[in-house]
Amino acid sequence: MFQIIDKKDLAPSIKQFVVDAPLVAQKARPGQFIILRIKEGGERIPLTIADYDTQKGTITIVFQEVGKTTKELGTLKAGDYLADFVGPLGKAVEFSNHKKVLGIGGGLGVAPLYPKLKMLHENGAEVISIIGAKTADMLIMEEEIKAVSDKTYVCTDDGSKGRHGFVTVVLKELLEQGEKFDEIIIIGPPILMKIGTEIAKPYNIPIMVSLNPIMIDGTGMCGGCRVTVGGETKFVCVDGPAFDGSKVDFDELMKRLQTYTSEEKLALDKYHSERGACKCHQ
Amino acid sequence: MPSINRSKTKTPMPSQDAKLRSKNFNEVALGYTEEDAINEAQRCLNCKKPSCMEGCPVQVQIPRFIKHIAEKNFESAISVIKETNSLPAVCGRVCPQEEQCEQKCVLAKRGDPVGIGRLERFAADWERQQGVKIPDKANPIGKKVAVIGSGPAGLTCAGDLAKLGYDVTVFEAFHEPGGVLIYGIPEFRLPKEIVKQEVDFLKKLGVKVQTDMVMGKVLTVDDIFEKGYEAVFIGTGAGLPKFMKIPGENYLGVYSANEFLTRINLMKAYKFPETDTPVKVGKKVAVVGGGNVAMDSARSALRMGAEEVYIVYRRSESEMPARKEEFEHAKEEGIIFKFLTNPTRIIGDEKGWVKGLECIQMELGEPDASGRRRPVPIKGSEFTLDMDTVVIAIGTGPNPLLIEATEGLKLNKYGYIETDEDGRTSKEGVWAGGDIVTGSATVILAMGAGKKAAQSIHEYLQGK
Repeated sequence: MFQIIDKKDLAPSIKQFVVDAPLVAQKARPGQFIILRIKEGGERIPLTIADYDTQKGTITIVFQEVGKTTKELGTLKAGDYLADFVGPLGKAVEFSNHKKVLGIGGGLGVAPLYPKLKMLHENGAEVISIIGAKTADMLIMEEEIKAVSDKTYVCTDDGSKGRHGFVTVVLKELLEQGEKFDEIIIIGPPILMKIGTEIAKPYNIPIMVSLNPIMIDGTGMCGGCRVTVGGETKFVCVDGPAFDGSKVDFDELMKRLQTYTSEEKLALDKYHSERGACKCHQ
Repeated sequence: MPSINRSKTKTPMPSQDAKLRSKNFNEVALGYTEEDAINEAQRCLNCKKPSCMEGCPVQVQIPRFIKHIAEKNFESAISVIKETNSLPAVCGRVCPQEEQCEQKCVLAKRGDPVGIGRLERFAADWERQQGVKIPDKANPIGKKVAVIGSGPAGLTCAGDLAKLGYDVTVFEAFHEPGGVLIYGIPEFRLPKEIVKQEVDFLKKLGVKVQTDMVMGKVLTVDDIFEKGYEAVFIGTGAGLPKFMKIPGENYLGVYSANEFLTRINLMKAYKFPETDTPVKVGKKVAVVGGGNVAMDSARSALRMGAEEVYIVYRRSESEMPARKEEFEHAKEEGIIFKFLTNPTRIIGDEKGWVKGLECIQMELGEPDASGRRRPVPIKGSEFTLDMDTVVIAIGTGPNPLLIEATEGLKLNKYGYIETDEDGRTSKEGVWAGGDIVTGSATVILAMGAGKKAAQSIHEYLQGK
């Protein structure tokens, strides 16, 4: 059992947990993820590590309440326990002597972006960041990102904060202005990573994306998370989650994410009816 | 003196009706009654030089335990089995006895061999019904041993070392111990409650089990030594699914057998939405492969509600590696076998869902390295089977997770760990056994490897 030490609401439906998991924290590195299970009979869900504290033995995770499991997760409070918390999984990211980096985070993607930028910042790289969300109140971790960035652009889809528009618009502008980077990191919904990659690709700058497919074991055992990268099948859980964005088949990834849409709806409806929740907010 | 049963055939095993069972996950074979068991045990000739025992990788004292059953002394029967076998209820169900003990039985020369597996299962089930006796714990030796992986190899190794007085901790990556016994073999062939009870028995022997530990990630082998363990056994299995490398394998509705079975067995997708993990099984399902895992996948698909389930296998019936019993059960339940058929392409619809499996007809040519006649494609014989789910059960490779994180471990050319006869690896203090050494094999061979390694670890630690 793993105790939730702290809980914070970052935005409507986006929550942050700090979880007591000393062994995981001991080995965690930027880019890695964990798999958790709330309780017996629960599903195993992967979440990218948003921060870790080796001294305190804690792992920070950020999640958005979209399906049954994440909604149920959101009802847990500080002091509650998770049945399982497995990790650190996946390959840690490595940056070789980067001098200047652009980090782009959209929506929940800002959370996994943070530890990478933090590491780059600590290593002395110049960090430019672009973060965005649908609306101002959906924007997360702005202060944290700013603290590890030399310059941060904020965007919202509705213009309620910062630039009006998608993060990719700023990306395009910076590249067109002739800004040079050693690497561009793009993390967010697959469609954002796809469009961002398409914009950046002609500039011949390495593009890193972090993928979020459906997983079960997270140890390379089932192959459910397979994606096509550079024409080869890769398992995101052991070969990733970070990949060279220019080689990823995003269309396949997006299709595969739809596999259980009807089952996810069924599970959520059942959850709501059992909890007697009103249906007006669904 | 018990009387002798001269029947040439095995006492039949009661089983669930094929039609009924193909719709539920309850156990297929129902087990002997006391009367059946005594009757079958009385067929054993109690040979002076029992050849059956040569066929047992864990050296169960077969004639001794059978004699106890014939004399209605079931308690003694199970304790004889447990002297050498930590998982009798499992072995009695999933061991390929026809290739091992029963193949060597003298009665097999002129009829059916003694139903050794069925009797082993009976003894183990009898004990479980009575309530398993808590064993006396061995005097602690004061030395710690780590076992990585809680499948048949790891559990056997852990059990044997605990009986010798070692302080044993088993590290398991999943949230439940049992390895392939939990995620792979379906409920209807091996009820999970039985695996749980066998693990509980090991815990009573003093074995500690830590779940959620993905070794190589959370701890390395060197970390384990630093924590004061004096020997390590690696029994991580062959958990890397093989795909066919044909077009269309990433379409929605294509599963590796590992994923398909893990969803159903470990995650209990057959209870969805009561449990949270779903599995998508269409009306028409093709399972590619001819081993036990293919049979398990096909029979599981049927139980999940598929209307037609095919096994597509590139060789012919006689080359199929599946146990005969599993093949028979699958046929009885209505699985359709397409022999000498090899998939060439998976066809999908515009949304990316599987809609067909293109195959080519094969014929048997000259024998290959495995001694089986090599299947050769017949030119121009391609045809398409309409399918909405495809499960690929063509084997597994070595999972590199722990291996890559362990320095000084010599591997063979296929990526499996190299060991000597006793399971000793090239790294000091590290043993390995089971599928991570041999490649995909059987539960009992993995148990045999775990047992040998335990003995070798004991000798090593005594000299330390």
